[in-house]
Amino acid sequence: MRVTAWYWAGLIGLALISICSLFVGVIDLSASDLLHDKEALRVLGISRFPRTMAAIIAGAAMAVSGSVMQMLVRNRFVEPMTAGTGQGAALGILIVTLFFPAASIFVKMAIATVTALVASLGFLVIVRRLPPTQPLLVPLVGLIYGGIIGAAVVFVAYQADLLQYISVWLNGAFSGVLRGRYELLWLAAGGAVLTYFAADQFAIVGMGQTITTSLGLDYKQIVLVGLIAISAISALTVTTVGIIPFVGLIVPNIVSRLFGDNLRRTLPLVAITGAGLTLVSDIIGRIVRYPFEVPVGTVLGVIGAVVFLWLLFRKPQYA
Amino acid sequence: MISIRNLSYHIDGVAILDDITIDLPKGKVTALVGPNGAGKSTLLSLIARLEPLQCGTIDIGALTIGQCSNRQLAKQISILPQMTEHVPRLSVRELVSFGRFPYHQGRPGPEDEAKVDEALQVFDLDDLAQRSVVDLSGGQRQRAQIAMTFAQDTEYMLLDEPLNNLDIAASRALMARIRELAHSYNKTIVVVLHDINYASRYADWIIALSAGKTAAAGSPAEIVTPKLLGDVFKSDAEIRMIDGHPVVLV
Repeated sequence: MRVTAWYWAGLIGLALISICSLFVGVIDLSASDLLHDKEALRVLGISRFPRTMAAIIAGAAMAVSGSVMQMLVRNRFVEPMTAGTGQGAALGILIVTLFFPAASIFVKMAIATVTALVASLGFLVIVRRLPPTQPLLVPLVGLIYGGIIGAAVVFVAYQADLLQYISVWLNGAFSGVLRGRYELLWLAAGGAVLTYFAADQFAIVGMGQTITTSLGLDYKQIVLVGLIAISAISALTVTTVGIIPFVGLIVPNIVSRLFGDNLRRTLPLVAITGAGLTLVSDIIGRIVRYPFEVPVGTVLGVIGAVVFLWLLFRKPQYA
Repeated sequence: MISIRNLSYHIDGVAILDDITIDLPKGKVTALVGPNGAGKSTLLSLIARLEPLQCGTIDIGALTIGQCSNRQLAKQISILPQMTEHVPRLSVRELVSFGRFPYHQGRPGPEDEAKVDEALQVFDLDDLAQRSVVDLSGGQRQRAQIAMTFAQDTEYMLLDEPLNNLDIAASRALMARIRELAHSYNKTIVVVLHDINYASRYADWIIALSAGKTAAAGSPAEIVTPKLLGDVFKSDAEIRMIDGHPVVLV
């Protein structure tokens, strides 16, 4: 089986990148230090390992939710972090910070998930009114829609003197990840795994409402479940590491071009590739102007914009 | 048999279907014809439960639409939507396999695989099974889509304008296959057609809709007449009988 071989290749590649990630950073760390240097082990346990895991989980979860969203919207050029879901989550966190500053992290998460969901539903309502003959309108509307919500977040934060605070959520970065500060992401990983159980349903929804109903499934219910999953994953990611753009866009596109749309087969590959891309981007961000750091969101923005343009300008073979 | 009783459907106060009462015979190919906007596709989507019923009833064999589960219906009736630009990136075999979903809910067993093999064979898709649907010609793609509906193994099949974008060879081959399905597999097939000559040549039964009402129903020889063309299609085209089939000279 071709795909199974790719799973293994992907996993091995990801393992190698992870090992690199463990040894790249401001504090010099080499494998031999670990044997006798307690300080080196502490750096590894408190900073490098959590940071590597955070990049892997956030990248995999964002790529998987991008895949699911593209099926729900039936458009290959959308992803949660550029179409309002991520900005909706940031809005929720801002609301909690302003009005319920003492709320527990789970209340914060719940509210961010709800606002992310409302923002995604709003996007879907707008998209349904766009002419199906103009598939490129969908990502453009998504960018503007996400931009408007993002602008509202910035404006309110500016008024409340919280600008520095929100930049943490709006610009994804892994530099703040330490042991004890990223564990919520494991919930996002759980969410991404759960979507895998509905992989067939999402693939069927991607074939349209008529076929979905004909096969005995409830179209609206699957779309809603999918949106809830995407919103929860986005909210968890935005809260812990901030908006990680473009992974959800380019990874599903590349995997779909190479291996097709049968999500049951391709979602694991989407997750592995998303994790690898995010981790590589983070490593690049760590070394490009060493000893300072470039946020992963910026690196991905550059990579993502180039790949996105390539996706738009290549022959529109599949539309 | 599909029994439709007193079916009306309105959109924003405009009647799309107006008190339709018809029976679609079992084990036959029934063609729905009529001018644009006559309500053919609406009627088909109501039979396929794609839109909720507003008034009237539809019985599909022993099942009544609106009173049984979606999944129960999915083993009784399948619908092939109009071909769209959005083509899934699936291999032909993967696409056809999705037709088995109502039975296995994601965990296909040996019978499901056997049924998929049969569908691929019946529709001459064996050689194309591993090809991506995206790379197929229009006729091949339509065949793959219908093979998926066939794999769903339902007694009733609804096909919405399956001849759209097909050339004459693909259209004739497809209609011949549809006839064969009805007669060898005892399937009840309802097909929306634009070209009345295809209906006349290949259907056992024709239902003509006009402005949301049934204008005529019967065998092609009975109902494809100058009067029908004049009343329903507002056309004065001539009709000749060739080998017992009425043929409209276009």
